[in-house]
Amino acid sequence: MGHPFRDVAIVGVYNTKQARVLEGHDSQSIALEAALGAIADAGLEPRDIDGVVGGIASNFLYQSRIGPAWRSMSPLGIPAVIEGAMAIACGLANNVLIATGEAGSYRQHASTAPWTRPTNEFVAAYGMFTAAEFALMARRHMHMYGTTPESMAHVAATIRNNGHVNPDAVYFGRGPFTAADVLESRMVADPFHLLDCAMTSEGGTALVLTRADRTEDTAKMPVYLLGGGTDHYGPSYQHPPVWDLGGVRRPDLIAGHVGRRAAEEAFAGAGLGPSDVDVCEFYDPFSFELIRQFEAFGFCAEGEGGDYVMSGVIEPGGRHPITTDGGTMSFSHGGASVQLFQRVIRGVQQLRGECISSQVHDAEVAMCTGGGSGALFTDVLLLGKERP
Amino acid sequence: MSLLSPQSGEIPLPQPGPISEPYWQGCRDGVLRFQRCLDCRAATHTPALLCAACSSRSLEWVESSGNGEIYSWTRVWRPVTPAFVTPYVPIIVAMEEGWFILSNLVGCEDDAVAIGQAVKVVFHNSGGADDIVLPYFQLVP
Repeated sequence: MGHPFRDVAIVGVYNTKQARVLEGHDSQSIALEAALGAIADAGLEPRDIDGVVGGIASNFLYQSRIGPAWRSMSPLGIPAVIEGAMAIACGLANNVLIATGEAGSYRQHASTAPWTRPTNEFVAAYGMFTAAEFALMARRHMHMYGTTPESMAHVAATIRNNGHVNPDAVYFGRGPFTAADVLESRMVADPFHLLDCAMTSEGGTALVLTRADRTEDTAKMPVYLLGGGTDHYGPSYQHPPVWDLGGVRRPDLIAGHVGRRAAEEAFAGAGLGPSDVDVCEFYDPFSFELIRQFEAFGFCAEGEGGDYVMSGVIEPGGRHPITTDGGTMSFSHGGASVQLFQRVIRGVQQLRGECISSQVHDAEVAMCTGGGSGALFTDVLLLGKERP
Repeated sequence: MSLLSPQSGEIPLPQPGPISEPYWQGCRDGVLRFQRCLDCRAATHTPALLCAACSSRSLEWVESSGNGEIYSWTRVWRPVTPAFVTPYVPIIVAMEEGWFILSNLVGCEDDAVAIGQAVKVVFHNSGGADDIVLPYFQLVP
């Protein structure tokens, strides 16, 4: 049997303008703008699309009258990309549009953003939101391995500096930052300072998948899915985020290492390992999460993630540069789902060699991720220039 | 430093459902309950239909000693909503019967928290439409 995604290529990617507030937009309008941008980036027309993923893409389906078409409602990042790829691989569609956007849903800042605090019975009364959930994971790691706030701050400064030099980032020109700057920012949820945390912003994003034998008609270099996997332990933010939470099928895989199985599956599918990854487009809701992911994915041993990120590998020019557009800390965090696609968007841009900042020279393999341990899930996607 | 207390503002309160009502009724009665599997004896929390260890449906409600130790903690300075007084200290407690619960630490200064410290449940009447009593935890001297 051949590679499951041999006949699938990513041929269009697009981010709309990202901003703290996008005046004159709502989630529908900014997502439609993203959809049209990705279709144009692919060199296609709206009428070429015969499959869509996501509730907002469903609105595009109606407005452009391209129905009847294949549709999935999966909205959350890498699983949606994998689902779109499966639709093509299974012959259910030829050109799949994935689009999402959010604007206007968070304008009252007395409370944390609505997507950080889903209602739930056993958590909400204790003042929990995403920063506190991820902090409980980070604190356990600090206790077990001596991981320091300085190593987390180094991660945050590195990612924020990538955004500082990216003209498309919401916080373009707001640095440069040192680890000391991060440690001196006000505390949000110990051990996370303000600059250890994702921002809140607005924006849209979209991508287009096509049958690999049709890429002669597309405008840009195709990028291929070399492998992927998704690891989930259940609903996010409803149960205690226990580092040692285990499962009955694989007791060795605990929630603190969520994403390990997904990475193993992705690497096995690609015939690659961590040393083959040229650019790490890792999801960065909080600084500690990068340390955790390097351990979970096997770039370093358990407990050594703090030393690993301090060893010179994650900066521009390092062996495994991270989150090169500035990520959710500096590029954008557009709501409940937008930013979960943007690691994939950036991975594609890196492999095309079209990044206007922090381009990794001759990048061949990009590892894109989503989720995190406070959320009890991590998704992994390996992208490459070579058709698998 | 700041003395930690149960929240008294208009915080979001749980709405008990058919599976969780025995848990919340226990809190109203001043006892912390968890579920124990009649087949394999494993403990389960949060309230569930299935045993977390063997998927058996034969679960019984039993009373916890209320004793455990702090497994992880954070101290929040940016409140999730304006109703919460800061700082507050979310903790995960490893209960001595082998289950985990998420709560807040109260009754001590905010910088007294540490992993491994012994804690015991205390109850606070938060009221609301469902007459909710919330379990909090305090340090054991």
